[in-house]
Amino acid sequence: MFAAENGLKGDPRLEAISRAIRVVPHFPKPGIMFQDITTLLLDHKAFKDTVEIFVDRYRDMDISVVAGVEARGFMFGPSIALAIGAKFVPLRKPRKLPGEVFSEEYVLEYGTDCLQMHVGAVQAGERAIVIDDLVATGGTLSAAIKLLERAGAEVVECGCVIGLPEVKGQRRLDGKPLYILVEPRDIDDCC
Amino acid sequence: MAGIMFQDITTLLLDPQAFKDTVDMFVERYKDKNISVVAGIEARGFIFGPPIALATGAKFVPLRKPKKLPGEVISEEYILEYGRDCLQMHVGAVKAGERALVVDDLIATGGTLCAAMNLLERVGAHVVECACVIELPDLKGRERLNGKPLYVLVESH
Repeated sequence: MFAAENGLKGDPRLEAISRAIRVVPHFPKPGIMFQDITTLLLDHKAFKDTVEIFVDRYRDMDISVVAGVEARGFMFGPSIALAIGAKFVPLRKPRKLPGEVFSEEYVLEYGTDCLQMHVGAVQAGERAIVIDDLVATGGTLSAAIKLLERAGAEVVECGCVIGLPEVKGQRRLDGKPLYILVEPRDIDDCC
Repeated sequence: MAGIMFQDITTLLLDPQAFKDTVDMFVERYKDKNISVVAGIEARGFIFGPPIALATGAKFVPLRKPKKLPGEVISEEYILEYGRDCLQMHVGAVKAGERALVVDDLIATGGTLCAAMNLLERVGAHVVECACVIELPDLKGRERLNGKPLYVLVESH
């Protein structure tokens, strides 16, 4: 669900967050309008507001785990974790985490990729959220949910800054609620 | 922090109080130093850099491996034990005269930190300090920083 439909309709912070995101056409390949959050990170107030919106939502939900998807999920997840008193668990590409890991493969447009989580990072029964910058098909988030569930955690929600049209109208991903701040922008909307 | 042993920073992140204390120590050090840019090195620098940037009023700039940043970039190559690697920064992210920090989880040989500093200096920023959670002093990375100050919380031998 989009934040604007869920209590934040007309919130000026969402407008500023949306405007701070840069659209880069034809990256990484022709036809893709890439939603670049690095410009959001340059806007201190908009970045702070982004984190605050997630923190306000999750602080009273008894969340003990914030899992962030490598690498852009690392830019948002830790600040949320720190503010709500949860631990931060990085979900990484293969061979990055030292020590014993769970692995979950997922399907890409061409081929497969794999997400990993440390064994022992999460205990059974913990309440977790997954954070990433953007959700498109939901393949990566699905893999993230599976990793947490294999460790026995309960995934309470997935939170993303941007939600692509594929997920518009969907309130859930694999049965888990999805919370999204803004829609993607077109190049023509750019200032 | 004295006496705290951890094998890698992921175990630090599992302890909310220890993670908070780590960030707070950096914030305390930098909050009155007029820092306008915190540059974090992919990927573990992305974990520590943004909280420091948010708490000190600075912007966060990710320094990334090749072909990850979508816009126009400047690139800095650096030498590895075997071969080379490359770090990139978006053009326009940092302006001349800005005061910057470079943040990473760990300094080993110093090659990556050096490349990061070069990127910032090439666009005219002033690198005030490099900040890392862990230093591996036996690898003498500190010497590779050309006299630029380095602040670390923990040494690991």
